Amino acid sequence: MKNKILELSMRILFFITACASVAAVILICVFLFSSSIPAISEVGLGNFLGGMKWAPNNQPAQFGIFPMIIGSIYVTVGAIIVGVPIGLLTALFMARFCPPKAYRVLKPLVELLAGIPSIVYGFFGMMVLVPFVRDVFGGNGNSVLTAALLLGIMILPTIIGVSEAALRAVPESYYEGALALGASHERSVFFTVFPAAKSGVLSAIVLGVGRALGETMAVIMVAGNQPWIPSSILQGVRTLTANIVIEMSYAADLHREMLIATGVVLFTLVLLLNLCFSALNRRKEG
Amino acid sequence: MEKKKHRRDWLSPILRVGVWTAMVLTVATLVLIIAYILIMGVPHLKLSLFSPTYTSDNASMLPSILNTLWVILVSLGISVPLGIGCAIYLAEYTKRDSIVVRIIRMAAETLSGIPSIVYGLFGYLFFVAQLKWGYSLLAGSCTLSLMILPLIMRTTEEALLSVPDTFREASFGLGAGRLRTILRVVLPSAVPGILAGVILGIGRIVGETAALIYTAGTSTDTPHSLMDSGRTLSIHMYVLSGEGFHTNEAFATAVVLLITVLGINTLASVIAKALMKTTGEKS
Repeated sequence: MKNKILELSMRILFFITACASVAAVILICVFLFSSSIPAISEVGLGNFLGGMKWAPNNQPAQFGIFPMIIGSIYVTVGAIIVGVPIGLLTALFMARFCPPKAYRVLKPLVELLAGIPSIVYGFFGMMVLVPFVRDVFGGNGNSVLTAALLLGIMILPTIIGVSEAALRAVPESYYEGALALGASHERSVFFTVFPAAKSGVLSAIVLGVGRALGETMAVIMVAGNQPWIPSSILQGVRTLTANIVIEMSYAADLHREMLIATGVVLFTLVLLLNLCFSALNRRKEG
Repeated sequence: MEKKKHRRDWLSPILRVGVWTAMVLTVATLVLIIAYILIMGVPHLKLSLFSPTYTSDNASMLPSILNTLWVILVSLGISVPLGIGCAIYLAEYTKRDSIVVRIIRMAAETLSGIPSIVYGLFGYLFFVAQLKWGYSLLAGSCTLSLMILPLIMRTTEEALLSVPDTFREASFGLGAGRLRTILRVVLPSAVPGILAGVILGIGRIVGETAALIYTAGTSTDTPHSLMDSGRTLSIHMYVLSGEGFHTNEAFATAVVLLITVLGINTLASVIAKALMKTTGEKS
């Protein structure tokens, strides 16, 4: 009898700990939304999301985050353009071209790339990439291009890791079948194995987009952070994440609530992305 | 005929060169970053940077190293019991497709996708403002414990699921109850996997900046309690690199950060390898 009570109470205890993550998600949603919705309705959703001007110190203050939404999109798309081709080709190399001995060295190296803190990436970007872009392409170096390059490097390990796993999960018979039909090793890998791993590769890209969209510190250090839409990739740009970190330290009242609202927009974008991701995964299972 | 056909295959060499180039680029980038930080930073690693107090002349990193250790300890103290409990519930008590499990899994997935700055905002709103803790190590640690919770959960669950069912059956066969089986048989065999997850969590805590700026704050003082504000090593580096006149110290801090994180990663993979070896022997 005593044992049964213990069993049951521990079971309940485990269940309670299991609910912690659910509680955390609910708490995060409640706090973010409740502290920003009044402010958003005061400014107006259209003025907030579609407003072209972010000028919290003007009279009256203007809180349009459209430039920052565009900024985040520019930088993320840039990171994808830089990171995805290199990442996918590297994943193909790791999964299908790599000699086993080299693999034992390369795999931990790629994992190291994932372990480097974003602040170190940012510092590297500030000291190396910014002067590089300034000297080679002109402008002052703090630009969309620099941020895209840096984020492209930062999403490499995500892209490589996930798509390599997807490539390895493709049945060997696909590859062998292509070989048997006379295709070369390269053609078999690129035109039969790679398409078969399509959904895994897509989820790698979605994860990469999530990482690039949410990256904060590294972007702040290289992007220039002017709150308007850049007209060329050599101009500075401010992302949603940067907007929050830069101004949170001195913001008060409505300004602060609008920064939290910026966070809510970011949060919503990431949630939508996650939905895409789980939809992809579900299709893979089905 | 056959040879001619082979010669006409211009695409294969291009593809081959493509994958090799990509690999070389990836490795070269990594080597460039690490070599640059080490070459620029190691000469500035002076003993004075480890003096016990921070002054504006000597941007010592010892206080921030101690803060980082405190944040690691407290965050793990919260997230490890929660994560392990949750993983036990998911792996040992439930069927894979029940609604409760699906909700918990969805929550964990959502948590793992949230950007760290959003955690920072939440930590600021909840721990700093609502609970009135102010900028404090405790607020920062609680925020980070939420952030690494999904990681601990997932690695622990994987470790539990990799324990062969024969272990459980043998334990039940000897008359042990479910709880006893979990605590005495399943959990000990899963320890290396759990440990690897915990170490990865430490790596994330050490490297985190955005979630800590507005929760733990950037104070340079050596905190006397968890309710004081204090900067971790990453934040220390961010502030230094933004100030502009402590670039050398920032480089030195980068070296310490990099070596710590690389050491942590190596440790995690060594443990993971050891785990693979032991489970290999068992099966």
